[in-house]
Amino acid sequence: MSQPLLQVKNLHTMFPTESGEVRAVNGINFSLERGKVLGIVGESGSGKSVTAYSILRILDNPGRITQGEILFEETDITKLPRNQMRQIRGSKISIIFQDPMTSLNPVYTVGNQLMEAIRLHTSRNRQQAQERALEMLELVGVNEPKKRLKQYPYQLSGGMRQRVMIAMALACEPDILIADEPTTALDVTIQAQILELMQELKNKLGMAIIMITHDLGVIAEMCDEIIVMYAGRVCERGTADEIFYNPRHEYTKGLLRSIPKMTTTKERLTPIGGSPVDLLNMPKGCAFAARCDRAMKICLTEQPEEIEINPDHRAACWVNVKEGALAQGGQNNG
Amino acid sequence: MAEHLLEVKGLKQHFPIKTGFMKKTMLKAVDGVSFTIDRGETLGLVGESGCGKTTVGRSLLRLYKPTAGSIKYHGQEIDDQNIQGFRKQMQVVFQDPYSSLNPRMTVGDIVGEPLDIHKLYKTEKEREQKVVSLLELVGLNSDHKRRYAHEFSGGQRQRIGIARALAVDPEFIVCDEPVSALDVSIQAQIINTFDELQQKLGLAYLFIAHDLHVVHHMSRRIAVMYLGKIVETAVADDIINLPMHPYTQSLISAIPIPDPKQARERHRIVLQGEVPSPLNVPSGCAFRNRCRWRQDICAEQTPELRELAPGHEVACWNPQMPK
Repeated sequence: MSQPLLQVKNLHTMFPTESGEVRAVNGINFSLERGKVLGIVGESGSGKSVTAYSILRILDNPGRITQGEILFEETDITKLPRNQMRQIRGSKISIIFQDPMTSLNPVYTVGNQLMEAIRLHTSRNRQQAQERALEMLELVGVNEPKKRLKQYPYQLSGGMRQRVMIAMALACEPDILIADEPTTALDVTIQAQILELMQELKNKLGMAIIMITHDLGVIAEMCDEIIVMYAGRVCERGTADEIFYNPRHEYTKGLLRSIPKMTTTKERLTPIGGSPVDLLNMPKGCAFAARCDRAMKICLTEQPEEIEINPDHRAACWVNVKEGALAQGGQNNG
Repeated sequence: MAEHLLEVKGLKQHFPIKTGFMKKTMLKAVDGVSFTIDRGETLGLVGESGCGKTTVGRSLLRLYKPTAGSIKYHGQEIDDQNIQGFRKQMQVVFQDPYSSLNPRMTVGDIVGEPLDIHKLYKTEKEREQKVVSLLELVGLNSDHKRRYAHEFSGGQRQRIGIARALAVDPEFIVCDEPVSALDVSIQAQIINTFDELQQKLGLAYLFIAHDLHVVHHMSRRIAVMYLGKIVETAVADDIINLPMHPYTQSLISAIPIPDPKQARERHRIVLQGEVPSPLNVPSGCAFRNRCRWRQDICAEQTPELRELAPGHEVACWNPQMPK
């Protein structure tokens, strides 16, 4: 098998603050292969966006990576000097941010911003860059692209701006596209258009996508593999089918139970009790233990490691360890 | 049948917008909306941003002065003179639990303020008791009353907002996207709280949201809005399973399904183009420029809501039954 395109190994990212260290990402591992879509799900504060920003090294001050490595085509990009990182950012790995309203510069025209990205990363001249910009706008389905090049972001609607963001991210044909909640700010019908577009472009250009979202519906539609994050750690990972039809971590199960289903019987929802973990006071054991119905003694004192459920599926939960041991014990006895 | 709790007829809410020097255009945020809500019932109101659903909620409470139309509560017309009396019976829970609570007031004062305004207690002690029982009703406890809003998480703040709305013992609450700003796991807690309160207190809700999963779960009936008008109303299950308006159909088909197998198999109706500006609504049917089934008549005449099946009203010249 070929080397994966991107490998994240034991990544730790933290933010020192006056009231203590906020450990936003606490040792996560994953790898991404060409042409695949990896979904990262989790609630606000679970560290999913910080993971993305760590990969691109665009963390807000004073956040920094304290441990681990990020291998992109076998180079550790956490150690690259700034100017080399700048070469990768935008041309090899690019990002679409959540909020299309604030991620574009209001005082430059759409064309200007698109061409800046193209001219920075390719050897195209002004004329060629403009042609490329036009081509990209057409590709992402912006109507009247010629006119749009001369317009300012405020003249475009939310869906159009998100398309411009995607055009900008894809203009240099990156190997990896990170989409940080790309459709959260958009209406469902526009969201459907954008998701369809991303899938089409993935097939056409063959890039890998990291899809960050809290919307399990978006994840189900887009992703090959899924990572579920809680309090800066991976609590479960696997293929989409494994996660949705065979969830093993109590948090994942809780998430799936909390979504209202559109069936005719309106059952009471089963929410996850309690509130999200305080990153300043991380518990010693499993971060989810305080909200978990099946928590055991060991959950409060020891951090669970990821164990293999099957080749497509891993979960970090003591309940699974125990059940696995019981099942094995049962086999031995039988 | 007995009278409706709330009866809205031909509600219009237009806002003047400056479009140039000495020039004004009317933004028709809500343009002729009629519906009824019965006691203890939930009506869901869905639509995309800018369709006027929030404005409907606010006009009902007369946070805006409606341009035209009538709003009857228990059969009595609400106007500027008597609105103060109705405020005790109609309350609102806002979308953003961060900006809708005063950061300088303690939770006890936030929840107690409606009691002060409507003079609902005789002694200080009675006020205190009422505040505590309200906090307990929504799943908080008496220790919380001395704290400030910033000390709470999003879900807890939304509970404070609900407690404040319940302080005056209303019959009807406008819920304006009350769970949109919350995480999925917390969202389910708040939805259950709304459910429980409805059963316990017999509340009626106008539940405004853009998330159809949530609206379907909450509502008995759903009204779908597009550019200031209701285009379809029916029982919640019929809106989801038998939508007749082309806009509703595409809206339903656009919802991401949290189930990978179903998601792979389903056929999505992707709408072309975007919602037109409410300053420049197309003539006739506002949806016609994005519609798959448009005919000549759609540009000429505005379709009215017609009852096509029992309790199922659609405003479309060419409605199609789903197969």
